[in-house]
Amino acid sequence: MHSKTHDKTPVFHISRRTGLPWQKALGIRFAGIVLALVVCGFITMAATGLNPISVYGTMIEGNFGTSRRIWMLLQNMSILLCISLALAPAFRMSFWNLGGDGQALMGALGAASCMILVGDRVPGGVLILLMVLASIACGMLWALIPAFFKANFGTNETLFTLMMNYVATQLVAYFIIRWEVPKGSGKIGIINQSSKAGWFPMIGGNKYLLNVLIVAVVTILVYVYMRYSKQGYELSVVGESEPTARYVGIKINHVVIRTMLLSGALCGVAGLLLVGGTDHTLTTTIIGGRGFTGVMVAWLARFNPIVMVATTFLLVFLQGGSSEITTIFGLNQSFGDIITGIILFFILGCDFFLNYKITRSKTGKEAA
Amino acid sequence: MKFTKKILALGLSLMMGFGALTGCGGSGGSGGSGDTQSSQEEKTEDGGTAVVAGLICLHDENATYDQNFINGFKESCEAAGLKEGETYFISTDIPEGQECYEEAMNMVDRGCNLIFADSFGHEDYLIQAATENPEVQFCHATGTKAHTEGLDNYHNAFASIYMGRYLAGVAAGMKLNEMIEAGEFTEDEAKMGYVGAFTYAEVISGYTSFFLGAKSICPSVTMDVTFTGSWYDETKEKEGAQALIDGGCKLISQHADSMGAPTACENAGVPDVSYNGSTQDACPNTFLVSSRINWAPYYTYAMNAVKDGKAIDTDWVGSLDNESVLLSDVNEKVAAKGTAEKLEEVKKALIDGSTQVFDTKTFSVDGNVLDSYMADVDTDAEYQGDTEAIKDGAFQESVFRSAPYFDLKIDGINLLDTAM
Repeated sequence: MHSKTHDKTPVFHISRRTGLPWQKALGIRFAGIVLALVVCGFITMAATGLNPISVYGTMIEGNFGTSRRIWMLLQNMSILLCISLALAPAFRMSFWNLGGDGQALMGALGAASCMILVGDRVPGGVLILLMVLASIACGMLWALIPAFFKANFGTNETLFTLMMNYVATQLVAYFIIRWEVPKGSGKIGIINQSSKAGWFPMIGGNKYLLNVLIVAVVTILVYVYMRYSKQGYELSVVGESEPTARYVGIKINHVVIRTMLLSGALCGVAGLLLVGGTDHTLTTTIIGGRGFTGVMVAWLARFNPIVMVATTFLLVFLQGGSSEITTIFGLNQSFGDIITGIILFFILGCDFFLNYKITRSKTGKEAA
Repeated sequence: MKFTKKILALGLSLMMGFGALTGCGGSGGSGGSGDTQSSQEEKTEDGGTAVVAGLICLHDENATYDQNFINGFKESCEAAGLKEGETYFISTDIPEGQECYEEAMNMVDRGCNLIFADSFGHEDYLIQAATENPEVQFCHATGTKAHTEGLDNYHNAFASIYMGRYLAGVAAGMKLNEMIEAGEFTEDEAKMGYVGAFTYAEVISGYTSFFLGAKSICPSVTMDVTFTGSWYDETKEKEGAQALIDGGCKLISQHADSMGAPTACENAGVPDVSYNGSTQDACPNTFLVSSRINWAPYYTYAMNAVKDGKAIDTDWVGSLDNESVLLSDVNEKVAAKGTAEKLEEVKKALIDGSTQVFDTKTFSVDGNVLDSYMADVDTDAEYQGDTEAIKDGAFQESVFRSAPYFDLKIDGINLLDTAM
């Protein structure tokens, strides 16, 4: 009888915490990262027999080893950040846009189609303007369709946007076959490789700088839009509580469609920057799942555009680093994924300790 | 807002932390990056240039196609005394897009002076890297553009795999004859199935030579071809092979890179001619024979050229003769009696030229014998034929460039799902 009550008393209990001092929050995050590195170190040694310090060194080398690699890091950050920025307003509105991949892919299709179809017929400036318009329009269209059905028929936007990704992939696959070079090869290759029609201009001989600058500007604009504009406020209200929004006279359907158009347009820009700025090609894998990675980036940063720069850095760094270690140490690509997974697990785990605290139950002690 | 500042501060401090670490990491000796110049100027003991080689692969060693490249590359590198992670590097899972250019540049950063890529779609990106790094040699397997790009440091390579396919076809024809004699089906029912990747010349040349090899032994044979639209898609290849078997095909072969088709054959008990290497271990009851390109001779050749400061051929074609085209051991459990002996005999005839794979007397196009055909040898968006390929009564494959350009649809082969 006595022991039974004793057992029922929990040893620990979890409670929500508020007003955590920033030093402590930083400490928790730091501890999380250190712990992640230690666990990864043990797993690396156990699984491969390699020295974890040299593995981490190689990860850093892979991202910062040469100035070109730093530019690559910035370029990859730019594209991922652009898509994440596109998703953030929709998420803030509690509209689960999982269609970033498809919307960006449609943007890429829009830009590539201009380069292929009218590349040699119009002057360079006009062509780039057409590409901008086409990619933004395509991205917006791909976001508008699910938004329209959500607003008017209450469809599930998660499934709808997700499915639109597959439609976009198939559509792009179709056009790749239409425009393939050489015949039957199922690939387009580099578009206008000799004429460079529709290729964005390089700034001072650097082909990545323009993309980085554009996304930097977009980051600030989205930050200002979400934090200081009336529209940004409206979408937060809709996200917090639809009844409240309705009560204060916000037209919810209007906000949903407007925000998704913004989301699609920014995804379209990401596709545009990839096709016009750096890659100059169209493949079904050109977005590379960044529409989904962007979900993580946006959530980790609580939809704050400035914080998203840091979370983007983290994810791109891990990606670049893990691909470098697989090449240098002759490991399977999956090993890099394992390391990335462990580190992300700990970083996400930090969130729990930032929001909750675990305390030893006092009642248990008293009973004893 | 407060929270924001916290995380921002964290992000910045993290970045600085990483930055500081980089400073140490650089000298940590994890790789030779950054000092590209010095490694290129290094000399070997006998005065040649020290080779640092890189290989870029579309998939990893789980794909038979890439495994074949990786094995050949490792063999050549080890023979030349190179060490993985120090003087030779392999990057896997590099898509056919900008990623290939980036990885090629990474290879340059690692100090490579000889860079290979294994997949057809890598070509444009390798050319881009070659343009920017004239001091580094780039060699692309299966590509088509080296002879028209005019770059001194960009090269294509292939092998006369159509001869290997022809030999595999001979083994298939003998197996069909054996099954006909055993009364399993009639001559008219002798139909083979082929799982192809794309309706691309390399694939067409491959299945046509396989078919002609079988036809030289079993004249009544026909063949159905299905396409997966991917170089590597295990599910589609398996389903494709199963559909062919269900459609009455008595023997299956493939030009796609997974274990999909061999597995479907093993499950259905249908003889299978695989590609890129023997699948006998996984499919002991149905594996017949396999042809593959052995890339080691090419890798060794290119490494020696760089070492000696000699030019690498713009188009290099490996042959049966120099062991670039190999046939696996025949699986005696499945093959017809005397297959190995017959293959030796045909191989000799192919090497001395007395047998031509694409002899115009052995096939017809829309019922007509072919006496002239303009092949699309120079790649362009209009797909226009530019080179007369029929000479001395045969289609001259892999003569005007290394990659195959035979893209005719000959009688007896039925394409199932294409708008060609």
